[in-house]
Amino acid sequence: MSDVGETEVFSVRGAASVPGTGTLLVTGACGRLGKGVIRTFHRERPVIGVDRRPFPDRPKDVEHARVDIRRKKLKDVFRSGNIEAVVHLGVMHDPRASAAEHHSWNVAGFQKLLEYVAQFKVPKLVVLSSANVYGPQPDNAQFLPEDAPLLGGARFSEIRDLIEVDMLTQGFFWKHPTTETVILRPVHILGQVRNAASNFLRLPTIPTLMGFDPMVQVIHESDVIGAIRCALAPKMRGIFNVAGKEPLPLSRIVRMLGKTSIPIPYTLGKALLKRLFALHLSSFPTPELDHIRYVCMVDDGLARKTLGYEPKLSVEETVLSVEAERFS
Amino acid sequence: MMYVRRVERRLARLGGKLFGVAPLARKLVSDAVSAVDDFMTARLGEEFNERLARVPKNLMSSGVDPFGMDPEWTKYALASAAFLHRHYFRTEVRGQEHVPAGRALLIANHSGQVPIDGALIGASLFMDVEPPRFMRAMVEKWSQTLPFVSIFFSRVGQVVGVPENAKRLLERDEVLLVFPEGARGISKTFDQRYRLADFGLGFMRLAIETGTPIVPVSVIGGEEQYVNVKNVETLARLFRMPAFPLIPQLLVPGGVLPLPTKYRITFGEPMFFGGDSDDDDSVMEEKVELVRATIQAMVNRGLRERKSVFFG
Repeated sequence: MSDVGETEVFSVRGAASVPGTGTLLVTGACGRLGKGVIRTFHRERPVIGVDRRPFPDRPKDVEHARVDIRRKKLKDVFRSGNIEAVVHLGVMHDPRASAAEHHSWNVAGFQKLLEYVAQFKVPKLVVLSSANVYGPQPDNAQFLPEDAPLLGGARFSEIRDLIEVDMLTQGFFWKHPTTETVILRPVHILGQVRNAASNFLRLPTIPTLMGFDPMVQVIHESDVIGAIRCALAPKMRGIFNVAGKEPLPLSRIVRMLGKTSIPIPYTLGKALLKRLFALHLSSFPTPELDHIRYVCMVDDGLARKTLGYEPKLSVEETVLSVEAERFS
Repeated sequence: MMYVRRVERRLARLGGKLFGVAPLARKLVSDAVSAVDDFMTARLGEEFNERLARVPKNLMSSGVDPFGMDPEWTKYALASAAFLHRHYFRTEVRGQEHVPAGRALLIANHSGQVPIDGALIGASLFMDVEPPRFMRAMVEKWSQTLPFVSIFFSRVGQVVGVPENAKRLLERDEVLLVFPEGARGISKTFDQRYRLADFGLGFMRLAIETGTPIVPVSVIGGEEQYVNVKNVETLARLFRMPAFPLIPQLLVPGGVLPLPTKYRITFGEPMFFGGDSDDDDSVMEEKVELVRATIQAMVNRGLRERKSVFFG
């Protein structure tokens, strides 16, 4: 009889007895990647999307909590549903937003989220960081391991928020061992997403830096979702670099897209981009230039071994996916 | 958004114009390339192409290796090195059978003010060793900040000098050349010639950690190519160079070219070291000293046997 009683208690609280089927909370749900994550998981388990933006085309069985993660209302979301896992994608990358807004959203908002994860003893937390936290440097090892220093903020202040989020998660990892915390650091994500890397490759003519052609790694958004799936599996915890199939020179990517590139000397390019950005003619802040100048590649051996992650799409499919949307 | 589109369109048009000039430029480049190819075959013989086909490459689908090495570029760099190797310095190579087929660390004495010794060791690994190999070496990290230089180094297989890169190359069973004397070795003055400077310890930790045999290499002929009378330290500091050598021959017309000394490269028997790669420096120093003494002995023997700096 006691068994039945226990089951009843669980069902009242809405938790699943099988791990991996409980409610999943996704922040940044209305971004392209967030939507992808939700479409992938909503048939397998209850999903709550958190985003202050509207979500008009959401699947019917997905609950959308339209809240700002900095607000108290977020706590109600945690209180009402028995949440088994949190996937945090809600990092703001808008290069036009003010530094204060960036910081309060990315860091203060995230701290609130961590607080609730701890308070409601959520068993799993997956945070999407980025390989950009390492930063492109002339003295980078060709493939950086997870314990490489996070130097991305040295020249690029917008990355500092992301590094802070990464560090906060690392602190949380040690302070709350009951929550299985996973940090994923994917390389440049390509696909339908609107990030700097994809937007750069969508330019009709691709500017490059004269005399520089670094090796780069790219990953398709669906492979990132694949990595999130691996990270959600029970017992997985830790920090993992995530990359696509294989690295290649930037010039090969341009060639794959069948586009022309204009090589520009670095100093000229820097001055030009600074002016264009100030005039709102370009959405790329100047420090992004270092990404087409120096290597910032990662060793994802740990994710492949421990998480069982395996990229599915070839480099060519990944690169060409940025253009797919233009014609559809 | 409108402005962005307009700028994009303008850029695209500019790109199109550049594309119009491209066929002519491409023809010029392809003519130049085929002329170089013919010259290579004529000077170095069919053997060069035959060896190129046999060298283990380990490439990815994009035609480069994970470090960005591209055989299409490497072959031209090697051809020029091989030309110097065969015709200018007339290198005499010994002990090539000592180079193992798998991973290896080549440890050599450094000399000659400019690293021609490195290029010639690379050429002999390709031209004289069985099976032919592409040599890998490490370059200063500031070279990555220089346009064109950074692409060139990466395409011909030179990687940024950090221990992680060296380890990864050896794990991929490559041959890695290291000059443990570093900058102190290359800028020796003439009175210090063929006296090996102190060795760094990094290569020994690397060899032990990756279980790599160390092949000692002696290079003779480099110290006489540019005669360095004195290193001027104040000028070196002023120009932030590792050394500022005074080389009188640079004042003579044509003296910029190195003197055509005869190079002698000898590969010694591989040395194996065990133990813990995290041992104290004192333990490492003993092992490193063993390698240094071996190379010094090889150099001394070579000098005794040498009859002329330029001939025979």
